[in-house]
Amino acid sequence: MTAVDGGLTGRTYPPGEPFVVGREQIRAFAVAVGADHPWHHDVAAARGAGYADVVAPPTFAVVLAQRSDARLITDPAADIDYSRVVHGEQRFTHHRPIVAGDELVASLHVDAVRSAGGHAMVTTRSEITTVGGHPVCTAVSLIVVRGES
Amino acid sequence: MSGRRALADVGVGETIGELRAEVDRARLVAYAAASGDHNPIHWNERVATSVGLPGVIAHGMWTMGAASTILTRWAGDPAAVLSYSCRFTKPVPVPDPGSAELVITGRVSAVDSSAGTADLDLDVRLAGTTVLGRARATVKLS
Repeated sequence: MTAVDGGLTGRTYPPGEPFVVGREQIRAFAVAVGADHPWHHDVAAARGAGYADVVAPPTFAVVLAQRSDARLITDPAADIDYSRVVHGEQRFTHHRPIVAGDELVASLHVDAVRSAGGHAMVTTRSEITTVGGHPVCTAVSLIVVRGES
Repeated sequence: MSGRRALADVGVGETIGELRAEVDRARLVAYAAASGDHNPIHWNERVATSVGLPGVIAHGMWTMGAASTILTRWAGDPAAVLSYSCRFTKPVPVPDPGSAELVITGRVSAVDSSAGTADLDLDVRLAGTTVLGRARATVKLS
């Protein structure tokens, strides 16, 4: 018995509510991970380099990806026990940088569900775009749902 | 202000420096707030031990994020990082009082001159033990 129904494969969730990327959120995220490049913090420096505003660190898109994954994890139909969820792998493919002021949405795709060692391994893909539909980032997560021991 | 490193100056096998990243409980709380990941195993000892962990552990995504600074420092531009991936292979326990220190190093594993990119392999260790598996990035250089 696996912890997750394999029938979830192929499930998709359409783009959710727009997420407005704030300048102070980029700065706070950068401070928390120790990202000290000036273009995360200094608006004039980022603009001088050709960006519209401060630039997000390479893993900032996880803020959207985890909100996106939560749509699956909290979906009663998926029947996933959140207390058993562990993050196994993460990949970001950036199509263009995220900057403060962006209005982004994410659609969620369940690409694979397999079982290994009594655990369920769920691969999710969040396609993050502007509200106008321009690709920004593809975030792929491997979520491990630990089986009953 | 810094700008992107030139691809012509980069060779396969070269190292990209060393970064030390220190994490304490306060930093995990700051990361929880900034990222929206409020899982209590990253700030509450009672909850962490109740699910079989040795104690509070860092968010895997904190570790991945902290390690990315070696990429942006080396590339010269945070937007140079086209892709970045890893496996979360070992937990990073964060003591209280005190802190844990990660040591991050990396090397150039491939150069694609037609695409203008370099592939980088990262090595992220806590007290000598690797905590991220297959940590890799592709960066676009000038």
